[in-house]
Amino acid sequence: MRKTIAQKIFDAHRVAKPDKDTHVVQLDAVFCHEITTPPAIVDLEQRGKDRVFDPSRIKVVIDHVSPAKDSKTALQGKILRTWARRHGISDFFDIGANGVCHALFPEKGFVRPGYTVIMGDSHTCTHGAFGAFAAGVGTTDLEVGILKGVCAFKSPETIRINITGSLPGGVFAKDVILSVIGRIGVDGATNKVIEFAGPVVDAMDMESRMTMCNMAIEAGGTCGICAPDRTTVDYLWPFIKKEFDSPEQALETYLRFTPDEDAVYDAIIEHDISNLEPMVTFGYKPDNVKPVSEMEGTPVDQIYIGSCTNGRISDLRAAAKVLAGNQISDSVRAIVSPATPSVYSQALEEGIIKIFMDAGFCVTNPTCGACLGMSSGVLADGEVCAATTNRNFNGRMGKGGMVHLMSPATAAATAIAGTIVNSPLYTE
Amino acid sequence: MKLFNGKVLFLDRSDINTDEIIPAKYLTEISRDSLTPYLLEDLNLKEFNPVSDIKGKQVIVTRSNFGCGSSREHAPWALEVNGINLVVGESFARIFRQNMFNCGMMAVELPADTIEDLFTAFAGLETTAQTNFDAGTITFTAENQTKTVSFTISGFDSDLVTAGGWVAFADTNY
Ligand code: SF4
Repeated sequence: MRKTIAQKIFDAHRVAKPDKDTHVVQLDAVFCHEITTPPAIVDLEQRGKDRVFDPSRIKVVIDHVSPAKDSKTALQGKILRTWARRHGISDFFDIGANGVCHALFPEKGFVRPGYTVIMGDSHTCTHGAFGAFAAGVGTTDLEVGILKGVCAFKSPETIRINITGSLPGGVFAKDVILSVIGRIGVDGATNKVIEFAGPVVDAMDMESRMTMCNMAIEAGGTCGICAPDRTTVDYLWPFIKKEFDSPEQALETYLRFTPDEDAVYDAIIEHDISNLEPMVTFGYKPDNVKPVSEMEGTPVDQIYIGSCTNGRISDLRAAAKVLAGNQISDSVRAIVSPATPSVYSQALEEGIIKIFMDAGFCVTNPTCGACLGMSSGVLADGEVCAATTNRNFNGRMGKGGMVHLMSPATAAATAIAGTIVNSPLYTE
Repeated sequence: MKLFNGKVLFLDRSDINTDEIIPAKYLTEISRDSLTPYLLEDLNLKEFNPVSDIKGKQVIVTRSNFGCGSSREHAPWALEVNGINLVVGESFARIFRQNMFNCGMMAVELPADTIEDLFTAFAGLETTAQTNFDAGTITFTAENQTKTVSFTISGFDSDLVTAGGWVAFADTNY
């Protein structure tokens, strides 16, 4: 008793405790992309240890720059591709089948409640939405994960954030998480796991939970976690129906990874969002957050809708609702990157892509590209972007560029106005 | 084991993020050495000149939450190829801190007032740091003043430094 979700997951996976505060845990999945994995592969080769612990537990995608933009990014793809083939890694998503890692892997059913997951990518915390312990790591941790299937973590102290009240119309998970980060700060959860709980989270669909957990790292969190429930099981059902007789039985099994009622937390924060307005960032840190109403009229040069935070189908639907029948302002250009091929084709089927195109958006293939200023929408010096991404660091989307983070609905409204503005979906 | 001695670079700001330490556009480099010229290229800090200020430095002293943001190990690598194996600060982002020890380097946390004392006494002066790993002390020297501070790191972190990093340690132990 008295355990949090992360503690229960650690208990089920611990293989060693090299000191009183360090836990070496067995990994259920190791995710890889073409930016941070090639240096690990090259290092393993140089050490004469070009092996993988279990090819079926390693999932690989090329997503950050796709298709390759130059010889260097082509080489990164090549190293990853040949390595995946050499080791018989069948879950490898190459150009055409690829999408933004933290949108693609959940969609494929690769994450389950109680799992331990690492990836050489800070937004790996997204997968905590499924009740998993999922953490971004550096290349060396990734390298050891690939080779040995283990990773070391400090004891997972947990902050519980109870989101209470009810979501006002036109206010989304993105606004909620921005308000949380604004409140606790960029290092408010450093070295800690954030458990997102309370009635608002319980009522959220999986995509909204992913948006919440995605940005746990922007408050320094090791992982964001939502307790598994019926919503989790229903999302995963197509992938787990062979393992269980019924969704009820699956839920019963997964409830093992819900926190004890008397679980001991580092802090419990009550966060009432009844009066929350749509939020936007204004500086170079994700905790520089204000209501959109206080930033109205700020001109922008580019709108970007996409990324692992807000590039899923529900995000595109919300933006399309605002855009339908409207044109983007002459003073801006706008880009939408559906996060995965299935998001893309679903959006095509629903007529959403047409709405974006009719409004004047450029539609790109699924890729991270613009989000980290590598391709498909890099900013010029002095330019400003309204983005549905997760990071507004100085130069993040291009040297000298400024990023305002917001929800897809706000971004769509901003595209039409040419300046930051609340969407008509928000009715106060 | 690496050495943790040398001239000190003072970075008087909190929340220095990994995009400032090494911008994303250089993540296409496969070799660590190719990162050498780009360390702290985008650092947002008054009167800081990456070209002249980094040269010859082996230790960084900074404030809180250093290395926040992306998981890129390119950040410690960019430090390492510039000969910087030790960063001293009030606190570090988790992934950055772990990456440092995983590479056999050190991210040493000291109390805020100790960091403040170091800035007051040494910032702006040509300062040298000398680390005694076994004793857990770092001695700072400039002109005619000297100050020794004690630090603690966990048993595991210390094992990683001695083993030369996590790959070597994990391969022997698991
Ligand atoms: S979309 Fe952006 S934040 Fe997400 S994984 Fe890609 S680069 Fe990282």
